[in-house]
Amino acid sequence: MIKIENIEKSYGKSFQLNIGKLEFKRGSIITLMGPNGSGKTTLLKSILGLVIPEKGTITVNGRNISGQCDYRNSICYMPQSSPYPPNLKVKEIIAITKDIREPQDDYDYELFGLFGTANILEKRAGALSQGTRQRLSAALAFMFNSEIIVLDEPTAGLDPYSAGVLKSKILKEKNAGKLILLTTHIVNEVSELSDRLVFMLEGRVKVDREAFRNAGENGKEFREMVSKLFKENEPAKNN
Amino acid sequence: MNLRKIIKYFFGDIIRSKWIVVYTAALLVFSSGIIYFSKDEQKSLLSLMNIVMYLIPLLCMIFGSVYYYNSREFIEMLLTQPVKRSSVFYGQYFSLAFTQMLGFITGIILPLLIFNFGFNSFFLMIAGTFLIFIFTGFALLISILVNDKVKGIGILIAVWLLFAVFYDGIVLFMFYYFADYPLEKATIIASTLNPVDVTRTMMMLRLDISALFGYTGATFKKYFGSSAGYYVSLFVLHMWMIIPALIARKKFNRKNF
Repeated sequence: MIKIENIEKSYGKSFQLNIGKLEFKRGSIITLMGPNGSGKTTLLKSILGLVIPEKGTITVNGRNISGQCDYRNSICYMPQSSPYPPNLKVKEIIAITKDIREPQDDYDYELFGLFGTANILEKRAGALSQGTRQRLSAALAFMFNSEIIVLDEPTAGLDPYSAGVLKSKILKEKNAGKLILLTTHIVNEVSELSDRLVFMLEGRVKVDREAFRNAGENGKEFREMVSKLFKENEPAKNN
Repeated sequence: MNLRKIIKYFFGDIIRSKWIVVYTAALLVFSSGIIYFSKDEQKSLLSLMNIVMYLIPLLCMIFGSVYYYNSREFIEMLLTQPVKRSSVFYGQYFSLAFTQMLGFITGIILPLLIFNFGFNSFFLMIAGTFLIFIFTGFALLISILVNDKVKGIGILIAVWLLFAVFYDGIVLFMFYYFADYPLEKATIIASTLNPVDVTRTMMMLRLDISALFGYTGATFKKYFGSSAGYYVSLFVLHMWMIIPALIARKKFNRKNF
């Protein structure tokens, strides 16, 4: 569904994203992990066309995305920290997103109900708390039944109940055959959710493997692997 | 089709901010004050023209770039949707220019029409329209290139000072310094390099008030004559309108968010 080949992107001298080959298929949840500044968000943004790589190709559903925009009809994105135009009301944000995407017969309002978003429709986005904006943005990401859902730290800033709701929604959509790409720093989340773990470091893919869900005692084995990865790679930053 | 939708969103967003109301009201007070207190029609037209020449570029650039910087979230939100980048750019460009036009026409042209200035107000409107489109292009170009808001606005003010205040002085100084050389061609070129100057020249050629030409304008008239000069200045203004906006669009299409 998404194929990434040899992309390169540099920001100044200090950071370079450099990814040889990655392929994501439908019906799976892929988690990107890695220390801050390892290029997770840059990778997601390259897929969305917000960041334009200097080299390499990204194809979505078999078509090169460079300079294209229609492919984004099949992607929904939940950005990190959910920046929304502060002047717009929540209902206007929903209306604009609906207006601009391909019209659908059937919108998925499940998360709106579970998160109580109906109560904040008249509020301005600038007046919402971080967590509420995050919930709005999650609800919007699932509203369009799109084939690919990209979530940048979806549970950061959510209360435990909302995070639980969101996680079960993610699993449900995966079982419906969607591709879900997410980043997180919470190891438990990886073992609960993901089918595959991509661990990034300094713009490169360090580890790319099946995540062993619920392996061992509450994913203990897996947790140990991840913390080992973080530890091993700590000195690299000081070079 | 999407472009129309995007213009609608941006336009709605800009209209809602109080800025544009204050802007229109200020222009309205200025222009009706000048028209009311000075009885001489020619004089008040000239004063209004000076407001247009100095104030419109400055306000246009500051308004445009502050709006761009403040709507980065909105832009980002639109860009994650199936929308062309060029549509987002043009959507913002035209909505900014249209709202400024709205303020300019209600603030300056409307009083002129009410006090019966006739055909001359039409030329002032053309001049203002050019300035609005040109400097909205500049505002977007600089804000797209410079990510830091304070730095961006600083550069804009410098550009304004250069075009509106220093330019004629610099040209005059050059002329004085190189007085022994044939300078006509150089001056003609110099006179096209400043959009504010070209706009002024265009208006003056139409209103035929040569006493108020700047140095470059006077040479311009001598070289081209009144009517050819008018068309040359129109052409140059179109270039000033199109080129910065096109560069800005190109930069916007390659920008990382």
